Amino acid sequence: MKSFPIGGVHPSENKLSREQAIEVLALPDTVTVLLSQHIGAPAVAKVAKGDKVLTGQLIAEAGGFVSSNIHSPISGTVTAVDLVVNGAGLRQPAITIKREGDEWAEGIDLSKEVVRECKLEPKEIIAKIQAAGIVGMGGATFPAHVKLSVPPGKKAEFLIINGVECEPYLTSDHRVMLERGEELLAGVTILAKALGVEKSYVGIENNKPDAIAHLQKLVASFAGIEIVPLKVQYPQGGEKQLIAAITGREVPSGALPIDVGAVVQNASTAVAVYEAVQKNKPLIERVVTVTGKSVKSPKNLLARVGTPISTLLEAAGGLPEDARKVINGGPMMGRAMVNLDAPVTKGTSGVLVMSGEEAERQPASQCIKCAKCVSACPMGLEPYLISKMSRRQMWEPLEAERIADCIECGCCMFTCPANLPLLDYIRLGKAKVMGIMRARAAAQKK
Amino acid sequence: MDKKLIVAPSPHVHGPESTQRIMRDVLIALAPALVVSVIVYGWTTLLVTAVSVLSCVLFEYLIQKYLIKGPSTIGNLSAVVTGVLLAFNLPASIPVWIVVIGALVAIGIGKMTFGGIGKNPFNPALVGRVFLLISFPVQMTSTAFSTEKLADVCSGATPLAFVKEGLKGGTPASELMAQINYGDLLLGFKAGSFGEVAALLLLVGFAYLLIRKVITWHIPVAVLGSMAVFSGILFLINPEAYMSPLFHLLTGGAILGSVYMATDYSTSPMTTKGMLIYGAGIGVITMLIRTWGAYPEGMSFAILIMNAVACLLNKYIKPRRFGAKK
Repeated sequence: MKSFPIGGVHPSENKLSREQAIEVLALPDTVTVLLSQHIGAPAVAKVAKGDKVLTGQLIAEAGGFVSSNIHSPISGTVTAVDLVVNGAGLRQPAITIKREGDEWAEGIDLSKEVVRECKLEPKEIIAKIQAAGIVGMGGATFPAHVKLSVPPGKKAEFLIINGVECEPYLTSDHRVMLERGEELLAGVTILAKALGVEKSYVGIENNKPDAIAHLQKLVASFAGIEIVPLKVQYPQGGEKQLIAAITGREVPSGALPIDVGAVVQNASTAVAVYEAVQKNKPLIERVVTVTGKSVKSPKNLLARVGTPISTLLEAAGGLPEDARKVINGGPMMGRAMVNLDAPVTKGTSGVLVMSGEEAERQPASQCIKCAKCVSACPMGLEPYLISKMSRRQMWEPLEAERIADCIECGCCMFTCPANLPLLDYIRLGKAKVMGIMRARAAAQKK
Repeated sequence: MDKKLIVAPSPHVHGPESTQRIMRDVLIALAPALVVSVIVYGWTTLLVTAVSVLSCVLFEYLIQKYLIKGPSTIGNLSAVVTGVLLAFNLPASIPVWIVVIGALVAIGIGKMTFGGIGKNPFNPALVGRVFLLISFPVQMTSTAFSTEKLADVCSGATPLAFVKEGLKGGTPASELMAQINYGDLLLGFKAGSFGEVAALLLLVGFAYLLIRKVITWHIPVAVLGSMAVFSGILFLINPEAYMSPLFHLLTGGAILGSVYMATDYSTSPMTTKGMLIYGAGIGVITMLIRTWGAYPEGMSFAILIMNAVACLLNKYIKPRRFGAKK
């Protein structure tokens, strides 16, 4: 079974909602659409308080090339364009809309019929994806059109679809692959055409045999797509890890996937691409896993962007009594939330509720030099060392120890027998060192 | 909101590993060998082990409480492991008061002086053992090894000491070898520090440690492999003057040292490449001492010497970075 070359851990999978079919969540009365729900510049609002909007209508325009358009997830009246508190407790600009019915903008095809054939030119495809505001839906929310616009001098050789879903608990991509397999593969064909690549791979972790079998059956009628089962090992779905697992090529330090000829898109993103190109449907809804050991009925909900997280929790039986931590995303890389009224964004793959026992960290003791973090690191770094150096603010040696390569997957901290907060310090050190590196690069340019 | 939520950075889950669990696994791995020692040498072995463990734990507790003035660390069981390993390095006939001194040196000087677990550069149990070996040579060396139950085995000397004397006296190695039964070596029917004796059960413990992922194969295999290569070359050159590789691997502290002492976390390198170099160094130094040194056994000294090199190996030997050319 294929896997990435070094390190990794195997956390308990806890895919509680794997058997739950995608359920369409009732439309919320109001939505809060953040203007920054992607990596890059925030979008610029194109509507004002009091404006009437339709579902799928453009309400905010990309604020640059690395940015993304935003569309109204419901129809109704704009009640505010103002700062709101996001999940992390920080203030962020957002458009708030009060719902009146569900009237879609013109030109959006809502039929269920799958249209495989796409006659558009690569440039037109990318333009449509850009217009529809598609971003990476695995959580990193990198604008899809940027990855598809291969810079001059570089060549895409493979398209890799990330259906790994290596985060414990999350099942949204799993359900999408099972229930929307044909659209997904049609999306893959469109993405491959946009990139001009002959070969596409869909990488799926082997704990989803039903999804692997289903797509393997469907793929017979598509050209140039291969389904690749992968070993269940975290972080198999890390972009660099996935490329190495499937192609054997390792993205060098500081380089991008395109430097080894690879472009990676998430499985749900491929479906969104299909909808954008074939159905003119912008990215305004997504599947969100609502889960946790004490959640009454863990679910996979198709929710409109902007729906409050609390509404999703209600739909899954309400916030459990013993809830002490609510995580936006999975347990390995997700972010703990302070504000449960914060909205679903394009990158919200799951909402995970943890009870007190799970949520609390064990007290840290002394490092016993067991080297488990070194063997767990999928980037071949020495977490015990760079964590200590970060604490001591040794920026120069940290750069030499390649702290900038850290993907913040959390394997080191997961495995540490002394419960040391290794990644906490490494994150601080990485941010500082990358700042120094950027400043130096900027100074050299001048 | 009516409930306060915990906000902390990811990861939000932790694996099953803990320091205590690791130390408990080491103790479980050592248990079968202890049982065999009791069968071979009698109940005194149990007494020596109990005294060693209790004094190690007590000294760590007292030093932590009154000198370092920090929270107690005995709960992580590492002092228990040091106690068992120290006992395994002693002959069963050793007076109890010497064991207590050994424990004080092991924990006091070998471990707590540097700040306790994870910070000591030298293996504490070996610091204790070597201190005793130099201070109490009579009680620690071959003549004092108890073989009441097996009076005929190698006339009371350890196989290594017996062979060393024999070779020095001009007896051909093949003749000495004829007096040695490999089955006895494997099962523990021989003279020795009592933890060294049962090669087979120590290997069972090794398998357990590998399954539980407490240690990796690198250090033990590098130590035993380099010993085998070294002694194999000498044996091929002149089988009348040198003992066979199998003899070397099954005697003395070869297995106890390579599996349980050389792999001590804080005194061994952090990278697999470093571990291989470190292990090979231990094997070669052990064989140099066994072949040409004054002592019949050199495992303890070899490990302590390579302990001193471990930090250099950590500094200069880096793991294979992702994306680096293979």
